[in-house]
Amino acid sequence: MQFDEELALECGRTLSTYQVAYETYGELNAQRDNAILICHALSGDHHAAGYHSEGDKKPGWWDSCIGPGKPIDTDRFFVVSLNNLGGCKGSTGPTSLNPESGKEYGPDFPLMTVKDWVNSQSRLADRLGIKQWAAVVGGSLGGMQALQWAISLPDRLRYAVVIASAPKLSAQNIAFNEVARQSIISDPDFHEGHFYEQKVIPKRGLMLARMLGHITYLSDDAMREKFGRMMKQDKLSYDFAAEFEVESYLRYQGESFVGHFDANTYLLMTKALDYFDPAREFGGSLARAVEKIDVSFFVASFTSDWRFAPERSREIVRALTDADRNVSYVEVEADQGHDAFLIPIPTYMKAFSAYMGNIQTGVGS
Amino acid sequence: MMSLRPDQEIICEWIARDSRVLDMGCGKGELLAHLKESRAVSGYGIELNPDNVLSCIQAGVNVIQVDINAGLSVFEDGSFDHVIVSQALQALRRPDLVLDEMLRVGKQGIVTFPNFGFWKNRLQLGVGGIMPVSRTLPNPWYDTHNIHLCTFKDFEGLCKEKGIRIISRAVVDYQHRSSLPMRLLPNLFGEVALYQFERE
Repeated sequence: MQFDEELALECGRTLSTYQVAYETYGELNAQRDNAILICHALSGDHHAAGYHSEGDKKPGWWDSCIGPGKPIDTDRFFVVSLNNLGGCKGSTGPTSLNPESGKEYGPDFPLMTVKDWVNSQSRLADRLGIKQWAAVVGGSLGGMQALQWAISLPDRLRYAVVIASAPKLSAQNIAFNEVARQSIISDPDFHEGHFYEQKVIPKRGLMLARMLGHITYLSDDAMREKFGRMMKQDKLSYDFAAEFEVESYLRYQGESFVGHFDANTYLLMTKALDYFDPAREFGGSLARAVEKIDVSFFVASFTSDWRFAPERSREIVRALTDADRNVSYVEVEADQGHDAFLIPIPTYMKAFSAYMGNIQTGVGS
Repeated sequence: MMSLRPDQEIICEWIARDSRVLDMGCGKGELLAHLKESRAVSGYGIELNPDNVLSCIQAGVNVIQVDINAGLSVFEDGSFDHVIVSQALQALRRPDLVLDEMLRVGKQGIVTFPNFGFWKNRLQLGVGGIMPVSRTLPNPWYDTHNIHLCTFKDFEGLCKEKGIRIISRAVVDYQHRSSLPMRLLPNLFGEVALYQFERE
């Protein structure tokens, strides 16, 4: 969808014109009160559920939770999923042409914040005729957008679903992001972000960033179970080839990522994560940020997630209970690490389904 | 609406309208659902068991899945008017520390627990020489959550030691009826105790 109204960004710059790629599932009801916004995480996009064609190897990234009879039941809800600005899957981002220069934006694309995304998403809602979302839902960085929605535009949603997320990044989280960024930036093919003109991509850097990311998405237990110390061959080769299964897995993940993700977008996404701190405007108090909002929350975390550990979700819960807001919190026993939020773990699915099931639809004015 | 246990009905009478309530070990959320409807209270249940958590969500009760034994770090000081632990005190790892936490996050605490000093329990242990199994303590010693059983006297002693003032006490039988012997010799004839208390 094309937008020609200027979008003012937190960094002080503006986007005069931009595209937003989105998908929808299910039907908007007559009362227009059954719409759900899905916000994606670092490397996600608008393709959240289902298959585009029969040849697709994998469905959308959150197909486990979106569809008929699933927690976000498309028989009941009208689901909207978009690619955020700054992305590389169809919405305007670093790979898009800058109308002022006629060349790709590259590193000149403004750094986006979670708040900027919420603003752009609200414009999408306007255009789709959705005054108020039944719920805004997201995991990880997507959960941060749901939290920001509730704080910035509380009248425009009834429920916020915040899964495997955090109220702000820790120093360790930022440190991992910084290593990922440095690996991209220091790749000789990065050319300070202007690699498109050089007809190259900073493959090694982006691959390293993704490999590092993957380590933080899995738990120690999940890796032990999946790979252990399994070797590709029986004999040690005494060199630096990928000998352990875990090495070849990470290399495969890194290499396949390089083919379909943009390095500038990766940098931008990690910065949006680092900057996220909705309590900052409220003297550092998240409880104050949420004290007046009429939004009910569902917060979920996973026991083995160490990227955004349960303790981080409890910080969100603490702010909500302190402000006497409606919140339910589930801490799901899971050994899959941060990635657990994408996996249909029965206790998680049941609780998520039950919560979504309580959201009334068809009653709006 | 889900039906209440008799002890929960007594608890309801101690809860002020429009107050903020924390129900620790809230089970399927019956008490909170009832209080929300009958007394317009707001608040949360704490529950660890995933099936119970699910029931709470289905009942539209705000439920927080954390382990009470790990403390109430998820709540700020003085967040609640009433903090309830019903039929769970004896199953906690450190009931004394939980009492402290209850009165940190809330103004008033309410606990209910089975009286280990009930005459039938005394008879089974004192004469029979075996750990009591009764209506309020239905499980054998090797298969019970009740790791810190106490008598009314024990509990009141702990309160005194901690500077906790008991506001009211109800002593009832397993059907939560009261009788004259219970009122005269509660520690001998009371089966279940309900206490309401605050910091001195």
